[in-house]
Amino acid sequence: MNSTVSESEPLLQVEDLTVRLTVEGRRRPVLRDVALQVRAGEAVGLVGESGSGKSMTAKAIDRLLPRGAEVSGQIRFAGQDVRGLEGQALRSYRNKVAMIFQDPRAHVNPVRRIGDFMTEALRTNLNVAAADAGKRAVAMLDQVGIGHGERRLRQYPHELSGGMLQRVMIAAALLTEPQLLLADEPTTALDVTTQAEVMAILDDLRREYGLAVLFITHDLDLAAAICDRTAVMYAGQIVEVRESALMHDDPLHPYSAALAAARPDIDAAAGRLAAIGGRPLSAFEAPDAECAFAPRCPHAAPACREALPPLVELDGGLSRCVRAAELRGRGAGLRGATPSDPRLAAGPTSGGQTGE
Amino acid sequence: MLLASLLVASFVIFGALDLAPGNPIAALSGGRSLPPSSLRVLEARYHLNQPFLAQYWYWLSNALHGNLGISITLRENVSSLIASRIWTTAGLVLYASIIILVLGIGLGVLAGLRPGIVDTSALVTSAISAAIPSFVAAIVLITLFAVKLRWFPALGNGTGFLSNLRHFTLPAVALAISSLAIVARVTRAAIREEADREHVQTATSRGIPRRQLVRRHILRNAAIPITTISGITIASLIAVAAVVETAFGLNGLGAYLVASAQSKDLAVVQGISLVLVTAFVVINLVVDLAYAVLDPRVSLGRRAG
Amino acid sequence: MSAAAPAPLVTVHASRARSATGLLRGTGPAGIASAAVIAIATVVAIVGKLVAPYDPTSANLSLNFIGPSGGHFLGYDFEGRDVLSRLLAGAQSSMLGPLAVVIGALVLGSLLAVIAAWRRGAVDAVISSVVDVLFAFPGILLAVLAAAVFGAGLTAAATALAIAYMPYVARVLRGAALKERSQPYVAALEVQGASATAICLRHILPNIAPLIVAQATTMFGYAMVDLAAVSFLGLGVQPPAADWGVMISENQVGIPEGYPLPALAAGACVVAVVIAFNLLGERLFERAQGAR
Repeated sequence: MNSTVSESEPLLQVEDLTVRLTVEGRRRPVLRDVALQVRAGEAVGLVGESGSGKSMTAKAIDRLLPRGAEVSGQIRFAGQDVRGLEGQALRSYRNKVAMIFQDPRAHVNPVRRIGDFMTEALRTNLNVAAADAGKRAVAMLDQVGIGHGERRLRQYPHELSGGMLQRVMIAAALLTEPQLLLADEPTTALDVTTQAEVMAILDDLRREYGLAVLFITHDLDLAAAICDRTAVMYAGQIVEVRESALMHDDPLHPYSAALAAARPDIDAAAGRLAAIGGRPLSAFEAPDAECAFAPRCPHAAPACREALPPLVELDGGLSRCVRAAELRGRGAGLRGATPSDPRLAAGPTSGGQTGE
Repeated sequence: MLLASLLVASFVIFGALDLAPGNPIAALSGGRSLPPSSLRVLEARYHLNQPFLAQYWYWLSNALHGNLGISITLRENVSSLIASRIWTTAGLVLYASIIILVLGIGLGVLAGLRPGIVDTSALVTSAISAAIPSFVAAIVLITLFAVKLRWFPALGNGTGFLSNLRHFTLPAVALAISSLAIVARVTRAAIREEADREHVQTATSRGIPRRQLVRRHILRNAAIPITTISGITIASLIAVAAVVETAFGLNGLGAYLVASAQSKDLAVVQGISLVLVTAFVVINLVVDLAYAVLDPRVSLGRRAG
Repeated sequence: MSAAAPAPLVTVHASRARSATGLLRGTGPAGIASAAVIAIATVVAIVGKLVAPYDPTSANLSLNFIGPSGGHFLGYDFEGRDVLSRLLAGAQSSMLGPLAVVIGALVLGSLLAVIAAWRRGAVDAVISSVVDVLFAFPGILLAVLAAAVFGAGLTAAATALAIAYMPYVARVLRGAALKERSQPYVAALEVQGASATAICLRHILPNIAPLIVAQATTMFGYAMVDLAAVSFLGLGVQPPAADWGVMISENQVGIPEGYPLPALAAGACVVAVVIAFNLLGERLFERAQGAR
């Protein structure tokens, strides 16, 4: 097993990932040709609305797809093929890639103690003695800002608040010293103040342990806060990958531009909330031979409907918009459509939604 | 809460005497004519010239001391009549409970964990057997196994432990059949539901091996609804045992209850009813306790949703 | 998902528009087959006595337990009466009894449930406690008690069972009614000045109707089993009246002698109808829950 990764090769590499599920008796795609890269120690954001496929991508990476899912494409971790792993190899993969989930209360077994939850993987997979595992758990709890660790270990999940439980989940995930953390909307179910605390903890831990993070969210700005690069998904496809710092002012896809514009600016007064007309498409509704976003796109041109746009490199990022290079050259770039644009008049859909 | 139920239940049982058409004496004697000396004894024993609540109090305190009155028909202590029969009923219910728990939960777990043909056949079997009332099962079993095949005896208690076992097998199966189906279905549903829960996904994502996953997360969590339904089902056996005992000619409390109801031996009916309702309440209490132990989210005395 | 306009007020007419056939069609082949069996049983219950080929009450001991022969498809019972005719005649009490139980339990149970759900607070607490206590009484036990006190017979047994089943109805319906009660349309109606009884009768009750129907169907099956059991014990319908439960018990003597048919035939009738009610009830339950 190759444990040393060269600087140039990414820790996680996903290529041409297509996933089909049987929905109501029919085979439908939920992910289409998803390509993603995460380098060691890098934080990558994965942003999209409900149905965009972001959670599904994380599940595919962690081999948590439902039975009967049809998967094609490549997933490589540290140079190793992930899809073919079985048995012991799969289990040790799971120790190196940890996942935290959206709703901590649903994702922690309510009838077992916190200590049991946290140390289970250590005791089972890594054969760490119970007492030692307990000590490590207490130390980790301290790192996520939970004091009185020994007492907490003996408590049950229902005795902790949502925010604390999420921190416990993060601590538990880090106990096996993973190299990659998949964070599936870890703060969506929390209130704003707790959200900020948890984000801060994630960021600190990432820097301290040199973790690579794939941070999934529906909130573009949240991703930009702690991620070096951001990928945007729409209708089961990646439509843009960009450095987070550049994303807001110089996006490479009209959808990302619209997402960024849809968030109300606290400094400016707006007569109307900017919204993207129409409703988000799921992967299985998206057409095969044209740009999925075209019906809602203020910049749509005949060229967009001729074929499925490929993901091309542009200014150090990736874009699935055939007009991206052209639009960047003009005036306000892809953010040309303003809220008062009549083409945006239809429908109450907005960009920032609670994700799946 | 359950104790309150018991109290009220005992009140109702006692009050039944008052509800009977005609005066209490007629009810107690079952319509037979009694010599005046017996009438006076009855009056004194049941404190019939005292207010209703006082009568109730006397009856209850006597009952708690083990004195349940005298049987009109057999002229013996109701308590001793009950005592001689209680082990038959208890044994029958125990035997049936074991069948229900082992087969019912076992089948349910198998069907829940393995989708496919095991599951579908289990569902079909349980749908059919759930609809078979105990007395129908009784006659079918007697026809098949006692008369045609002669594997088991048809009637009676038998003497000695092994003989008892033989005699009790068909009745226990008859008693267990429909309840078994219900327990199997609920077990299967509970396992299915737990297997789909998110916390199982968390454990999977941590690389916990399948066998341990099933044991520590699926089975352990499903144990809660499984225990509840098992308890409820076993408690309900207490009443249905009467039917099975009658069908198989077993000398148990249930059969005796029925016979006394027919002969209107009210003291016996009241006494046995009290014992049966108490047993019912006690089993429910045990279920509540087990629930509190299994599910740390609830405090004693309440069953969460 | 996008925020839609406020949910339109549910009107009574909308819920009644779901026709009976529509409901039935949604239950699948099992549901339809069950409904057919039930329909047959109902028809037999009504006209059974009239279409029976032979007199179900004429006894002729010299003919007892002769097997199927001549025009007697199921042979003779223990007193020489035609089994088929007795089955047809017995359908009446076997179906009527459970019907009375279900109606009684439903009326009592839904009344208490709706009142408890509507008033909430102390009224709810009191009603719930009373109902909880009744849970401690198994149906058969209550029926036996009633028989002991009031004498054996169908009325006593049916009444006792209705009282014993009432808590189950009350509990399920109270939950559903509470949920309905907190829906926005109820508050809207209250604000408009509709009286409590009007809201309960004309709005809440019809909206929990599918659940009531589903529970009534399942309960019919249980009531049938319990009543047949009570009759089997000799404490319900009395011989020589024709009733499936009675027939099982009276013909039991034939089993050791090698004549199981009369008892088994009556048992088969009970099981068939009970399976039908259970299956249909289950499907209806699924639909009622799915509609919420």
